[in-house]
Amino acid sequence: MKDIEKQLPLILIDNVDFTYPNGTKALRNINLKIDNKELIGIMGKNGAGKTTLIRTLNGLIRPKNGAIYLYGENIASKSIATLSKKVGVIFQNPMHQLFSNSVKDEIEFSLKSFEFTKEEIQNKTNEILKEFNLEKYRNRSPLNLSGGEAKKLALASIICRDPDIIVFDEPTLGQDGREIEFLINLIKNKRKKGKTIIIVTHNIEFANEHIPRTILMADGLILADGPTEKVLGNQILVEKASLILPQTHQLNLALKKSGIQCPNDLFSKDKLINFIRDFIKNKTSEIVEGND
Amino acid sequence: MTLIEYKNFYYRYKGNEEYALNNINLKIEDNKFILLCGETGSGKTTLIRCLNGLIPQFYSGFYRGSVEVAGKDTTITAIADLSTEVGIVFQNPENQLVAMNVEHEIAFGLENLGIESGEISKKIKEVTKITEIEHLLNKAPFELSGGEQQRVAIASILVLEPKIIVLDEPTALLDPYMAKKIIKLLKEIQIEKQITILISEHRLDLVLPYADELILMKEGNLIEHDNSNKIINGINFQTLRLNKPVIYSIFNQLKEEKLFNQYIPASISKVINYLKGL
Repeated sequence: MKDIEKQLPLILIDNVDFTYPNGTKALRNINLKIDNKELIGIMGKNGAGKTTLIRTLNGLIRPKNGAIYLYGENIASKSIATLSKKVGVIFQNPMHQLFSNSVKDEIEFSLKSFEFTKEEIQNKTNEILKEFNLEKYRNRSPLNLSGGEAKKLALASIICRDPDIIVFDEPTLGQDGREIEFLINLIKNKRKKGKTIIIVTHNIEFANEHIPRTILMADGLILADGPTEKVLGNQILVEKASLILPQTHQLNLALKKSGIQCPNDLFSKDKLINFIRDFIKNKTSEIVEGND
Repeated sequence: MTLIEYKNFYYRYKGNEEYALNNINLKIEDNKFILLCGETGSGKTTLIRCLNGLIPQFYSGFYRGSVEVAGKDTTITAIADLSTEVGIVFQNPENQLVAMNVEHEIAFGLENLGIESGEISKKIKEVTKITEIEHLLNKAPFELSGGEQQRVAIASILVLEPKIIVLDEPTALLDPYMAKKIIKLLKEIQIEKQITILISEHRLDLVLPYADELILMKEGNLIEHDNSNKIINGINFQTLRLNKPVIYSIFNQLKEEKLFNQYIPASISKVINYLKGL
């Protein structure tokens, strides 16, 4: 990366509008700055414009008005192929992006489109199948994988190209605790390697616990952009975006309503555990004292 | 009263080596709200497909043992005949909505049963009121949002007055506000109609507060079926890698620290009641 690139925001979205041919205004006057190495969530109700927004980043959708800059360069004239080297998008439904005859072919195909040598392709394929625990399905058709495994393969086929920006569309959908843990570890590792990660999600608990910055969208507009615990703690905005408060915020609110004296910012699991632990200890010691 | 009974039931899909269901023994009673949970690939959807005869009549595979719904053997009873006993709503409602408009969609099942039109109108009026879709009767299913489609799918099952309604991840495609609304609605329907509702769901925080019973599955085995309080306080629930609610994690930790020795609360109101009672 050149020095000048380091100082620019990684992604700059400047006054972007987009209307689908049927007249649906999917994006209205979007302004957004995302820095290198950020982990950012995009939330909002179905049809709010979240998926449209991430599709502008790799050129699948070209805004009619406004501009998008990647490392300071306007992407309007860049091809999808060029942009895909920098921006890897993992779609919600893995079956929309898997089409090879075998799991191994799927990864190899993804790499072949990106000028790697034959040897590199082989090594990278082996590496990624191992990392994603897909080795045992090497020769299996993607159609015969379970939903969770297909999702993993779709993810692996993008991650293997090592894009700087990784964009996930609903990565936790239909996933159990084990698969979500895998995802969380993957995100942590990629961030350590300096990657920027954007996650479109409905999963409030996941966002509240793991994503530091959240953008809330409704009707093609950005309603809020800030620290996740604040954005998701704003009941009016959250309802406008068809979300609900995270369970931590709900519990904090219920504690206050019930008259239990507590801080106003018990927005994480750890803060709540500490508060409830002290509360129980205080109450039980009162009883002991009372008995004396 | 037992509505459903699996007896030593095994099932393996054609082409797969492992059994998707392994020696399932399960009795489901009337008037219960039941949450079916397990890691992905544990056999939840396969278990559900056995209830209206889709397994073994529609999917090819091998089975042993039996599944009875209201005393009818699902391996030989016609699927249409079973659907008046048990109604199933799948994850993507789009796949099961076929009519030109919502009213026809809901009437479809009743028409097939030969119910006269006056009676059909009366029933439609009732279920559309419960599911809050009265204003959508003239719309085409594809014009509706995900939440509206899901409510239409539920109404078209509810109108057949089955004794049991089964929903396979009904909120997967919905935003959280609508997901919460649908789950609450299902609980209200269950109480009002005194039927059994069985839900397979990954969003445990939404369903646990309402669940009377839990069924836990792992790798094709049914590992536990009991009242929900008992299960969420057990070792199986603790060790399965599910998306457990935050309040579960909080009280589970306090339990391990020996600061808490009661049933882990399944809802926020139960947490408050506990703390106020100290």
